[in-house]
Amino acid sequence: MSNDPISQFQIKNLLPIEIGGMDLSFTNSSLFMVGTVAVAAGFLFLTTANRGLVPSRLQSISEMSYEFVAAMLRDGAGSQGMRFFPLVFSLFMFVLVANLIGMFPYFFTITSHLIVTFALAMLVIGTVVVYGFWKHGLHFLKVFVPQGVPGVLIPLVVFIEVISFLSRPISLSVRLFANMLAGHITLKVFAGFVVSLGSMGALGVGTAILPLIMTVALTGLEFLVSFLQAYVFAVLTCMYLNDALHPGH
Amino acid sequence: MFVVTPAYAESNPTEGTISETGAHEGDAQGGGVFPPFDSSTFASQLLWLAITFGLFYLFMSKVIVPRIGSILEHRRDRIAQDLDEANRLKEEGDAAIAAYEQELADARKKASVIAETAREKAKAAAEAERVSTEAELGAKMAEAEKSISAIKAKALADVDTIAEDAASDVVQHLLGGTVTKAEIAAAIRAASGK
Repeated sequence: MSNDPISQFQIKNLLPIEIGGMDLSFTNSSLFMVGTVAVAAGFLFLTTANRGLVPSRLQSISEMSYEFVAAMLRDGAGSQGMRFFPLVFSLFMFVLVANLIGMFPYFFTITSHLIVTFALAMLVIGTVVVYGFWKHGLHFLKVFVPQGVPGVLIPLVVFIEVISFLSRPISLSVRLFANMLAGHITLKVFAGFVVSLGSMGALGVGTAILPLIMTVALTGLEFLVSFLQAYVFAVLTCMYLNDALHPGH
Repeated sequence: MFVVTPAYAESNPTEGTISETGAHEGDAQGGGVFPPFDSSTFASQLLWLAITFGLFYLFMSKVIVPRIGSILEHRRDRIAQDLDEANRLKEEGDAAIAAYEQELADARKKASVIAETAREKAKAAAEAERVSTEAELGAKMAEAEKSISAIKAKALADVDTIAEDAASDVVQHLLGGTVTKAEIAAAIRAASGK
């Protein structure tokens, strides 16, 4: 592994596949996607296999994550929003496990690639738009016209609302992507300082303590960010789904 | 501005797009493009994300969500059921306590009634005994009085007879004559004022 903080985001072909001139290779990113899904699904499946009336510790974790997302969705989108529960739960678990797996040294962080987070954000916005029009028809467009706005201001407000709606997938994806990317770069930079200072003799080793402390602290912070970004992603998903369920609010 | 086509990136590796990417040229792969903006990997990432996340979503919605949902629902039902059962048992206990109290009060009342009647009965019996004894005693007394008066009368009658005999004897001794009994009796009667 080189000392370069960017190389950890490098996509490496593991199994070249090319169909119709498109490079669809199985890469390290694909491998970690499979790993994320396997870990998340395996954990949830195995810990709930006993269906214990009195849950074991691990079963409690699965149940807590279920109830955590369920409460989030019910608060954000009302009880009608529960039809989207499998989607929100899948998104939350996928992002959370992907972020946490990325915290292992030398592991690839799939959420540090904008295209992945953007695809997930587009899935959310696509669901909102498709369900909104399917459920409410053209009334869904009310989502751009807040109630109680004076007639004169409506064009301006609608313009702002459209801009804000269009920027949602961008903000949703860039927030997650940028947090993961920046966190991992920072960690790598400080860890790199430890190595380069450590190779500079006794004085260097002494000063290397400082970036080492920083690295440890940042690792803790990054675990928090991993969870927080998964949470934020899921909460915003709930809020956007609320628009699809109740436009004009 | 970050997104560069592979062709562009390949044809202008040194010019790059921004200084950052230029600084990392010569890395193993990516042709000097900042990896997250290397659009040549987008198709592969999107395909594998669709496959993995699609399967994950299916597995969640078909297996995990119904399973955890049923576990939680089962637990909720069980707790509600247990609470109902506890309530029912408590009500039963309360009813049993009430019945017990009622029975106790009844028994107390009955006991006091029994004691009262027993006391009454005993009192009545004692009274009756007293009355009968008194009557008996009265009868005995009356009888005794009767016999005493009879004896007295007899004694008085004997006194007359004895006086007649004594008078006859006295007369005989003193006068040497005989006096008929009838004369003597009349004399005595006159003497005694009868």
